[in-house]
Amino acid sequence: MMTDLIPTLSPEEIAEIEHEVALIPRRDSAAIDALMIVQRHRGWISDTSIKAIADLLQMSAEELDGIATFYNLIFRQPVGEKVILFCDSVSCWLRDADQVKARLSHTLGVDYGETTVDGRYTLLPVPCLGACDRAPVMMVGDDLYTHLDQSDLNSLLGLGEACD
Amino acid sequence: MTDRPLTQHLRPDGNPVFIAEYESNGGYDGLRRALAEKTPADCQQVVKDSRLRGRGGAGFPTGMKWSFVPMGDKAGPGHKYLVANADEMEPGTFKDRIILEQDPHQLIEGMILSAYAIEADIAYIFLRGEYTLAAQRIETAIQECYDAGYLGTGIQGSNYSLELRLHRSAGRYICGEETALINALEGKRANPRPKPPFPQVSGLWGRPTIVNNVETLCNITHILTHGADWFQSLGIGEDSGTKLFGASGNVMTPGVWELPMGTPIREILEQHAGGMREGYQLKGFLPGGGSTDFLTTDHLDLAMDYDVIGKAGSRMGTGTMIVLDDRSCPIGMVRNLSRFFAQESCGFCTPCRDGIPWIVQLLSRFEDGQATDADLVLLEEKARFVGGMGNTHCALAPGAMEPVISALKYFREDFERHIHEGGCCYQHAAGGH
Repeated sequence: MMTDLIPTLSPEEIAEIEHEVALIPRRDSAAIDALMIVQRHRGWISDTSIKAIADLLQMSAEELDGIATFYNLIFRQPVGEKVILFCDSVSCWLRDADQVKARLSHTLGVDYGETTVDGRYTLLPVPCLGACDRAPVMMVGDDLYTHLDQSDLNSLLGLGEACD
Repeated sequence: MTDRPLTQHLRPDGNPVFIAEYESNGGYDGLRRALAEKTPADCQQVVKDSRLRGRGGAGFPTGMKWSFVPMGDKAGPGHKYLVANADEMEPGTFKDRIILEQDPHQLIEGMILSAYAIEADIAYIFLRGEYTLAAQRIETAIQECYDAGYLGTGIQGSNYSLELRLHRSAGRYICGEETALINALEGKRANPRPKPPFPQVSGLWGRPTIVNNVETLCNITHILTHGADWFQSLGIGEDSGTKLFGASGNVMTPGVWELPMGTPIREILEQHAGGMREGYQLKGFLPGGGSTDFLTTDHLDLAMDYDVIGKAGSRMGTGTMIVLDDRSCPIGMVRNLSRFFAQESCGFCTPCRDGIPWIVQLLSRFEDGQATDADLVLLEEKARFVGGMGNTHCALAPGAMEPVISALKYFREDFERHIHEGGCCYQHAAGGH
């Protein structure tokens, strides 16, 4: 599981954020980009990161936290090496996503919002992934997996046989 | 001239078309010609004459939307912006993905021409964060355009200049609403803004801004190249052009197809989607994504035209249909949708923030066998209030209630059965988590 070891922003993070700031009229308008940049480096957004980003963008930490907690893809808690975004919307539901979700939870030993004990995966629901013609679907990290009702989830996730 | 302008050059293998192949298919000829031969006013007039309507769901005439942008000196000092709304998050909608992943230059050329028509000097592609493959390919395509002189200063030797940037969203359905999208681009929470002022006058950082859907923008190149009459002739009903229609659910071959505007629903569901899977019967469908009203087997011979679907009591929306079969519970389906809208509400307006979760609770009472006749009355009353136009700041709550209210209309006996039989008797019930 990734932890937030660097207390303040690294030179790379600051450079990437300043690159965004230079393109726009207000420093605080880079808030979402800055959160995404720091999350890319650290896996998640800690309280310390909120404070450091807010200072850099000359805005209040409270306001930045209000933005961070608004968006689905900004994680305010540590997550596993890869986040699984499981589509729980209507077209996947019609194609038995609930059964696949139950199988996935069983395979991983976690429910929504939880991380596997080995720290490899965090399971989260996600609104419609826009691949409804290939339902049911999910993302693992940056990769989309489709037709999950016909998939062997163990091999897809690089796991051995499910242990009961 | 093609009758499938949007998909004519997609590769059968699904691999992306990058700049060399795009140009060899005639790509960017339209841009070069328009910059040399047409003024922004000329471009706007052709788009207006084409009767193109927005493909993102609302169906507002594109030329009219553009006409509110102050032009020339009237715009005052500063930037003007064009934004491609590529935040495809409407449940059951998967049409823009194919263009974004497979033909990014088609979007970019349409954007450059649209930006030229409104004299914008900065453009953004607002892409949903989960479209990772599209993001890589768009980044590549944008760089190719800068290298080839289609973006940047003095495009193709003209005195028109445009910067194009990709913004990857941090994820929230409400970002698809244009003023919420603008707030997200400004780095804020994506709460919709009150209108007026309209974004055309005061949008991104207070400057004139146009937000158009991906499919809408892709049409612009073809309209300017082949003309308004050609575009109008593509439609076989009242509306102009083609549309990326789609179908998902328990149909034989779910997918997305470019077809003439006005194509009958029956043709889409029976020919292109191949009818229902074996053992499933058609019970109803949402014609254009998760925020449109149910239609039923009685409506199969209607044309997919904005006004025809509107008169039937629904909306064409995104044109991607979600099909309900006889083995799936209609209450379970609308509960799934209502949960989505409850989660994705920005929380600004009370009827939406508190009302949609209440609807979810009421629907759960039906699924769990606790509902009484009084709950049916309450559900109907609250759904009409939450969905009432003018009770909330934006259209999220009214859209959310369209499937609920129409389910009450068409599938009332299902609600009554849930009351009298003490719960859900469908093979494919509500599930849930």
